Amino acid sequence: MENLNKTPILSLKKLCVSYTPGKFAVNNVSADIYEGLITSVMGPSGCGKSTLIRAINRMHELYPDIRISGNIELKGRDLLHINPSEVRRMAGMVFQRPNPFPTMSIYDNVLAGYKLIGIKQSRHEKDELVESSLKSVGLWDEVKDGLSKRGSFLSGGQQQRLCIARALALKPDILLMDEPTSALDPIATNLIEELLVKLKKEVTIVIVTHNMTQAARISDYSMFMYLGELVEYDRTEIMFTNPSDKRTEEYLTGKFG
Amino acid sequence: MSSLKYRLFKNKLLTLSVVIFSALTAVPLVLIIGKVFLKGWRQINWDFFTKTTPTTLDALLAINNNQPIPGGIANGIVGTLMMVLVASVIAIPLGVMCGIYLSENRKTKFSTVVRFLTDLLQGTPSIILGIIAYLWVVIPLKGYSALAGSVALAIMMLPLIVRSTEETMNLLPASLKEAGLALGSPYRSVVLKVLLPSAFGGVFTGILLAVSRVIGETAPLMLTALGATTIQWDITKPASAVSLLIWEFYNDPNLQSMIWSASLFLLLLVLSLNILAKQLAKKWRI
Repeated sequence: MENLNKTPILSLKKLCVSYTPGKFAVNNVSADIYEGLITSVMGPSGCGKSTLIRAINRMHELYPDIRISGNIELKGRDLLHINPSEVRRMAGMVFQRPNPFPTMSIYDNVLAGYKLIGIKQSRHEKDELVESSLKSVGLWDEVKDGLSKRGSFLSGGQQQRLCIARALALKPDILLMDEPTSALDPIATNLIEELLVKLKKEVTIVIVTHNMTQAARISDYSMFMYLGELVEYDRTEIMFTNPSDKRTEEYLTGKFG
Repeated sequence: MSSLKYRLFKNKLLTLSVVIFSALTAVPLVLIIGKVFLKGWRQINWDFFTKTTPTTLDALLAINNNQPIPGGIANGIVGTLMMVLVASVIAIPLGVMCGIYLSENRKTKFSTVVRFLTDLLQGTPSIILGIIAYLWVVIPLKGYSALAGSVALAIMMLPLIVRSTEETMNLLPASLKEAGLALGSPYRSVVLKVLLPSAFGGVFTGILLAVSRVIGETAPLMLTALGATTIQWDITKPASAVSLLIWEFYNDPNLQSMIWSASLFLLLLVLSLNILAKQLAKKWRI
């Protein structure tokens, strides 16, 4: 087994999230996420995977009924107590369904973060950023002749890569992905998986996935969640070959989930 | 067997009556357009759009000489367009902002109250809005004016714009807002630069329908804009409107045939606005 980097970049401490008082969708989760690696979060539907990563970039604040307690630190900064805009720039997110902005061109979609925040850039800076972001998701050659076309004209897989480029353009420290391939066909899925393995040099990735083989293929570390609890968190190879918890083993062998 | 036949017969009977009744509802519209067109088209010529209302005497002379009545409704067209424009300038920003608020805060007490009041306003008879504009604008400015008319029309447009904006914004997927916020952008710019442009089609359609709804209003303008025989560009002065002219022509025995041509113009204007709105709604479907 190769030696993996063990510098924590993100640490969760006793994180609890509840949609209704007293019922925890994420219950007392503590874990360290390591820099430059891909960490997958697995578990059956409703186990709190998405809820967990949406807590990290404070997406839950859109819905006033949701309560969060505990502690989240990214690069030593307490994410629950700084400006949410700043948190979301440090922790980019890619959603389950591709959601490029339908009124913007491909070019503007990549720069959307800067435009919406109101950061001024020179023409040259913009061009360079668009090119490098699209290149890093392997979309540049496919779209370079039609950058002014609407983002919504692309295929589903291309749209999702555009969304990844949009998140990467802001140079986040960590990329949170909520089942990013579940709405895509196998070819597009494969392309994105290869992309993520390349991208981990630039950005730490936490990916929620329903697909166990996907977790096995691309992730370095895996979490298994069940009923809001973090049951097991270990090297992916260990998790899949020699899980220490009976529930993990049963899930991985298809006994439930 | 007989019961099956009976049921099939009932089925056919029902289908037939639905078809007949739907046809019947279309009949009045066809009759109205037909009548207005037949009686109105003769008066419509270049002068009709460029000249102001003729005096009773001019009309009488033309009738006696068996000629079409001279003059046109230019003062009414200018007044209508000006008042609708000023009303839009007032109602669109207010209505769109209010609609966004209602869509973004669906369950608060305040928005429930606002929504209820908007519905109430939509059902308020237009003459009452005319009286309100008279109290608010005509009395303080010490005189009838196009501005007062615009205020009355703006109040009428408001609820239509509010509700169409709200309904369109409600149709936007939550993922769009989340995508904007996930980039760290402030709520304000997500609403203004992501949500509103995405809802543009529906919002614009709602505005067009609101315009077509008020463009033929007469009662509120009687109490506010009053009417004018010349083209008036000053919004603090009384102004005419096509709908007001129809009422004036009705009251003047010598100008009866102008009723139909002015009606034809107004009808075609409203119809084309409606058709345009429907086409745009289809094209810009979210």
